[in-house]
Amino acid sequence: MIRPTQVPMREQDPKARIHNFDEVPLGYTPDEALEEAARCLQCKNAPCVKGCPVNVDIPKFIREIREGDFRGAIATIKETNNLPAICGRVCPQETQCQAPCTLGRRFEPVAIGRLERFVADWEYANGVGVPRVGDPTGFRVAVIGSGPAGLTCAADLRRLGHAVTVFEALHEPGGVLMYGIPEFRLPKRIVGAEIEGLHRMGVEIQVNVVVGRTLTIDELLADGYAAAFVGTGAGLPKFLGVAGENLIGIYSANEFLTRVNLMRAYLFPEYDTPVKIGRTVAVVGGGNVAMDAARTALRLGAERVMILYRRTEAEMPARAEEVHHAKEEGIEFHTLVNPVRFLGENGRVVGVECIRMELGEPDESGRRRPVPVAGSNFVLPVDTAVIAIGNDPHPLIPRTTPGLQVAREGTIVADEDGCTSREDVFAGGDIVTGAATVISAMGAGKRAAHAIHRYLATGRSGRKPGPPIAVA
Amino acid sequence: MDKRALGPGVVEFTVAAPLIARKARAGQFVVVRAHERGERIPLTLADWDSERGTITLVVQEVGKSTRELGEEFAVGDAIRDVAGPLGTPSEIMAYGTVVCVGGGVGIAPIYPIARALHDAGNEVIAIAGARTKELLFWLDRLGQVSDQLIVTTDDGSFGRRGLVTEPLREILASRKVDHVWAIGPAIMMKFCTQVCRELGVPITVSLNSIMIDGTGMCGGCRVEVEGQARFACVDGPEFPGDLVNWDLLLARLGTFKDEERCALERYLAAKEVAR
Ligand SMILES: Cc1cc2nc3c(=O)[nH]c(=O)nc-3n(C[C@H](O)[C@H](O)[C@H](O)COP(=O)(O)OP(=O)(O)OC[C@H]3O[C@@H](n4cnc5c(N)ncnc54)[C@H](O)[C@@H]3O)c2cc1C
Ligand SMILES: Cc1cc2nc3c(=O)[nH]c(=O)nc-3n(C[C@H](O)[C@H](O)[C@H](O)COP(=O)(O)OP(=O)(O)OC[C@H]3O[C@@H](n4cnc5c(N)ncnc54)[C@H](O)[C@@H]3O)c2cc1C
Ligand code: FES
Repeated sequence: MIRPTQVPMREQDPKARIHNFDEVPLGYTPDEALEEAARCLQCKNAPCVKGCPVNVDIPKFIREIREGDFRGAIATIKETNNLPAICGRVCPQETQCQAPCTLGRRFEPVAIGRLERFVADWEYANGVGVPRVGDPTGFRVAVIGSGPAGLTCAADLRRLGHAVTVFEALHEPGGVLMYGIPEFRLPKRIVGAEIEGLHRMGVEIQVNVVVGRTLTIDELLADGYAAAFVGTGAGLPKFLGVAGENLIGIYSANEFLTRVNLMRAYLFPEYDTPVKIGRTVAVVGGGNVAMDAARTALRLGAERVMILYRRTEAEMPARAEEVHHAKEEGIEFHTLVNPVRFLGENGRVVGVECIRMELGEPDESGRRRPVPVAGSNFVLPVDTAVIAIGNDPHPLIPRTTPGLQVAREGTIVADEDGCTSREDVFAGGDIVTGAATVISAMGAGKRAAHAIHRYLATGRSGRKPGPPIAVA
Repeated sequence: MDKRALGPGVVEFTVAAPLIARKARAGQFVVVRAHERGERIPLTLADWDSERGTITLVVQEVGKSTRELGEEFAVGDAIRDVAGPLGTPSEIMAYGTVVCVGGGVGIAPIYPIARALHDAGNEVIAIAGARTKELLFWLDRLGQVSDQLIVTTDDGSFGRRGLVTEPLREILASRKVDHVWAIGPAIMMKFCTQVCRELGVPITVSLNSIMIDGTGMCGGCRVEVEGQARFACVDGPEFPGDLVNWDLLLARLGTFKDEERCALERYLAAKEVAR
């Protein structure tokens, strides 16, 4: 008899957890993991593997869990996924590996993400081996940006025997994993452990280097680096562009989350960076970033936190688990509403005027386009607002790297192996795709590492010819 | 790291930062985090020496982070993080005659700009102002890169008595001036802008909005220029003064007033206990 439902993962009680920044799901015990692993049908055609952006051999690692071979299971995952402890926590499994799960046709799909997290955590607890580093090739490669794309690219290049230096603009490596995703969802010690692993492999990480300002890519290449990988992400916050958006009390999600996560403002005044949270907070947006901002606001002491989203819950791009957790914690969801302006008093925000929306024809993303309902305006009193409607790629590298082709949206044009219009410059992650996911950035970093390896061996990047590209 | 007091609550630091020193241009700044728990604060590059690989910062102690830098850091100590050079450099070209106004600690950042303008062949008239004599510094340096140097103090303890806007108005009214540069407290830059507007002279100001990353990633530093939101750390910090929404800037500078007071009081109390 197959258990129809997933083995639940123990979690912190919602009433308690809204007062702390500790992680919410607590992980499986070995017994729970064995019970969940037993649900897997071990399908020969393994639809789950095709659903995984980096094609982890899921049936194999689950089989190894069943056999009690946790070490083997983690090794299987790590063949294609360098960051399982992170991906197990933040991947949108319900739309990836778990979506095509055969079991899911009749019952709940296998909780693949939870099992992945279990073996990754098991490995941390039982000692992580340092991956073998290849014989020195004599080549030095510069990796720019230390998000999942950069970290993965650096690790794989090092494994292939190249000397690698990572350049990071901020004072701590990790990218969004460090400054964006909150502690209660991705404990920083996990990101720290990955970075420690890179150090142990001999990867050099230089923080406080803003490439394009402190140094340019061409200077690095002239200085002895044989190739460069650009993984600088999509870090430029978008604003709504409505009146009153610069009032005090209105943050971009990046500012709000950076203050709290990277600068530890939730520990103010132990840490010096402040953050101000009012009683009533509106968060504009419906993605992971919005959920993170809303749940962070709650933990900082806000009494009422509202998500304002212009489509319906079905269209929300956030992971299902985050929406679920946010609701459990008492976050209000106001869907089919869009802010049209912010109201202020003495320079501070005191309200947001919204208009109701309805869904019209599908747009280019296939989602039905929200259209405003004339005359439906109403005002919500708020004293803090967080704008979480997405990020654009940062223009600094494109602007300071001659010959690098950039698309109209500001993304760097690259093929699936990360080859760009310049033989010696590779790129991957959000800077190429626009804001996407951790796993896709990681996969891109990995493929680029192999493309760079090829380039170093042959002197040719082997860029695949693509359709002609409109250059901004 | 080297350190020198320039006056009460004003400290000059010389910091080893070879990569930054090599790239520095007038008008740019760095972001500094003094220690593990510190906040990131922007400080303008007041000078640099690309051969020695050092940069010079002049800090006015106004709150916890700047007092800590001034009081707790000694010669030889390391500042934990220094990132830069950030921001768009000053637009240096041959304008003709340029008046450079530095108010208070703004005397330091105006110096490399005056120097660059001078080197570019401009006639440079410098105005340096402070509340009182003890807060003036670098007058010799500023004198070396300007054709005329006017000094004011609010209390008349040195130079002319009064505000920098008074000599500025006189000069603009009495002779042809092609451009004005003003750096100092926001309120001073606002009034300099008013004078320039009345007398029809373009002015560049350096906006000191609250920053975190300094790389364009958070938008916390946004200011309104010509009705448009701009990020001071990448699009600026320099903007044409007459296009700036000064009231918004002044209001936003007060965003964290209560928290800043709390941080400072706590710091001072801890110092008291230590004593
Ligand atoms: C709040 C938030 C929550 C998210 N939640 C999820 C989630 O649950 N699941 C999921 O899959 N995805 C999530 N995402 C998306 C995911 O984090 C990103 O898609 C992913 O991090 C992109 O990786 P990257 O390596 O391309 O870039 P980033 O992680 O953005 O890293 C880029 C790094 O490059 C540095 N950099 C930028 N410019 C320069 C320069 N000029 N010089 C030097 N360094 C530079 C940046 O400082 C940064 O450290 C979330 C994003 C945010 C913001
Ligand atoms: C581009 C730029 C260049 C600057 N150059 C210099 C300089 O060369 N010398 C100098 O002494 N000061 C300079 N400043 C101002 C300096 O950054 C602030 O005085 C400092 O951050 C105050 O920190 P605090 O903890 O000591 O004071 P706080 O008590 O925290 O704040 C005092 C006041 O400083 C401002 N402030 C606070 N935090 C920040 C922040 N993170 N970023 C910017 N302003 C802030 C606020 O208006 C606040 O009211 C510059 C600011 C900018 C934006
Ligand atoms: S300081 Fe963050 S964007 Fe300017």
